[in-house]
Amino acid sequence: MRQRSIIAITAALAAGSLTLTACGSRDDDGKSSSGDKTTVVIGVDAPLTGDLSALGLGIKNSADLAAKTANKKEYVKGVEFKIEALDDQAQPSVGQQNAQKFISDKEVLGVVGPLNSSVSQQMQKPFSDAGLTQVSPANTGTELTQGDGWKTGNSVRPFKTFFRTATTDEIQGAFAAEYLFSKAGKKKVYLIDDQKTYGAGLAASFKANFTKLGGQIVGTDHVNPDDRDFNAVVAKIKKTGADALYYGGEYPAAAPLSQQLKDSGQNIPLMGGDGIYSGEFPKLNKKAEGDLATSVGKPVEDLPSAKEFIANYKTAGYKDAYEAYGGLTYDATWAVIEAVKLAVEGNDGKVPAEGRKAVLDAMAKVKFDGVTGTISFDEFGDTTNHMMTAYKVTGGAWTPEYSAAPNVS
Amino acid sequence: MHELPQQLANGLILGAMYGLIAIGYTMVYGIVQLINFAHGEIFMVGGFGALTVWLILPGGFALGAAIPLMILGGVVVSVAVATAAERFAYRPLRTAPRLAPLITAIGLSIVLQQAVWMWYPDAKKDRPFPQFDGGPIDVLGANIQRGDLFVLIAAPLCMVALGFFVTKTRSGRGMQATAQDPDTAKLMGINTDRIIVMAFAIGAAFAAIAAVAYGLKNGQVGFRMGFLMGLKAFTAAVLGGIGNIYGAMLGGLVLGVAESLATGYIGDIPGMDLFGGGAWKDVWAFALLILVLLFRPQGLLGERVADRA
Repeated sequence: MRQRSIIAITAALAAGSLTLTACGSRDDDGKSSSGDKTTVVIGVDAPLTGDLSALGLGIKNSADLAAKTANKKEYVKGVEFKIEALDDQAQPSVGQQNAQKFISDKEVLGVVGPLNSSVSQQMQKPFSDAGLTQVSPANTGTELTQGDGWKTGNSVRPFKTFFRTATTDEIQGAFAAEYLFSKAGKKKVYLIDDQKTYGAGLAASFKANFTKLGGQIVGTDHVNPDDRDFNAVVAKIKKTGADALYYGGEYPAAAPLSQQLKDSGQNIPLMGGDGIYSGEFPKLNKKAEGDLATSVGKPVEDLPSAKEFIANYKTAGYKDAYEAYGGLTYDATWAVIEAVKLAVEGNDGKVPAEGRKAVLDAMAKVKFDGVTGTISFDEFGDTTNHMMTAYKVTGGAWTPEYSAAPNVS
Repeated sequence: MHELPQQLANGLILGAMYGLIAIGYTMVYGIVQLINFAHGEIFMVGGFGALTVWLILPGGFALGAAIPLMILGGVVVSVAVATAAERFAYRPLRTAPRLAPLITAIGLSIVLQQAVWMWYPDAKKDRPFPQFDGGPIDVLGANIQRGDLFVLIAAPLCMVALGFFVTKTRSGRGMQATAQDPDTAKLMGINTDRIIVMAFAIGAAFAAIAAVAYGLKNGQVGFRMGFLMGLKAFTAAVLGGIGNIYGAMLGGLVLGVAESLATGYIGDIPGMDLFGGGAWKDVWAFALLILVLLFRPQGLLGERVADRA
């Protein structure tokens, strides 16, 4: 009897924990097709829980908005778009499982996501094998589209199914270096990254371009992205006399890092990439004033093309903000919708039997005016829109300072 | 080398926090030989308990005045969760093989994380925690933040109170007796069930105080914060000699200082610049743990004597 109750309780707890975990990744609506319309599912993969969920939920909602808008406008005749969002928890292994789920669902003709370059690395190969188109709104890791040879000028596209509406870290790092050196007048920079694909790539590009301009990297360090105590590193920065800190990483660690930096009496700005360009950063960091970030595209709020997106997002009543990648996600999702439209038009108004192949073939021809500008893809699957913006925390919120499209040779 | 006082201070602050959490591991292990892997999550819910008190207090309430209430809130939540866990998750398994409660503890830690994630408003991302205004205070060449003073005062006070409790009170002596031999203690008329609940509760209260310190220090609490801190505290408990309450605090301090110094200096040693820095500090912390266990398998203060509780 006693043995039995032990087993029962253990089983109940195990089952309970499994159910709770599963809850996070399930979506509510389960209908497949309505009337005579064909359902086309667009998969969305993003971190919907955890540290980066603010960015992830913005991605999910923006993709949802794009699908709903296409349905409302009947943008592709006879096709009803549906979003299937999976949570990757910012974990590469979970992302790979999600990729398999999308591949096995025959209604999925394209996938939008993920947020993290390290997650994308694990998803590219399965998608490529399955011929399923993936469009990331946020991955900036240069090697994702150009292979590891990009640093030496030997760019080779590793996976023909991968596209992105975000520009690369090569461009982002170069832009940050240019801004910090020329516009902000900082000459001695301490460099820290979190050793993830995104952070390390960004730091590498920043370092190369900053030293090329004549700036000095006075020290480098790496931190663990789960840490929240950086006082030991901060004490090291102090003795180098750096006049700025560049951080390759994301806001959950960048916020306490910046705060501890200023608490130690060093009144120098922390600069980062789009990973810290989140409304959460100044909320978590009381001393964020003056900190800098770069992000892809022009500020969504300033673009006439984005007015409709912002208004529609508000009307749709999403609980979470669209965050840094809202506009790019909308465009990424719209690129898939556009490709489906081209595929359907090339097949007498019906979704082709080989839907995935037709969508992939159509991606090269996609060109439209999106929220963030004109969207089309080059021979690597990279966006042809290289516009970048530098932001500064002023009055507790990010405000745009300077926009440009850096030239990369 | 002029940042040495700063690095030592950073290490001591971090270490005091590890030590406060480690006491919960050590007391529970000392009495029921259970490694309560859900203890990191008990720390985490304490942080959310304290945050809740701050959020329901009227605006304009001074943080200094709110802190006792926040500690109270955190302690109430942590102790409630820990005693409920003891009653419903561990007590039914007390006679089962050791592995069963360990697995339950891991399951429980996932349940607690997910419960906060699901039901605490806006807890899907890190929540800002209130912080003291004003700059740092200079102590012997080291900058100490106002928020960090909290743990520097709380940790020794907690240790003194616990030491008094274990050696001077009836319940404390009952605790020592139960740790030595639960069956004989029971025969001597000690209510061992009550003692075990007490060990869980004291450990949880200390974890909640550590959670307030964590919030004040880092300015945020999040549903995943218990994992890494719990792991470090467990390491501290083993380092100090698991089962020994002073060992837990000492292990925490040693671990904190070791991490701080490793970050600060290992990269400066010629030929070691690849292995220095913030990302390697955990490697050095665990290397230290292995080294200590090689030469002193029972941990720094671990001894099979009567004073373990």
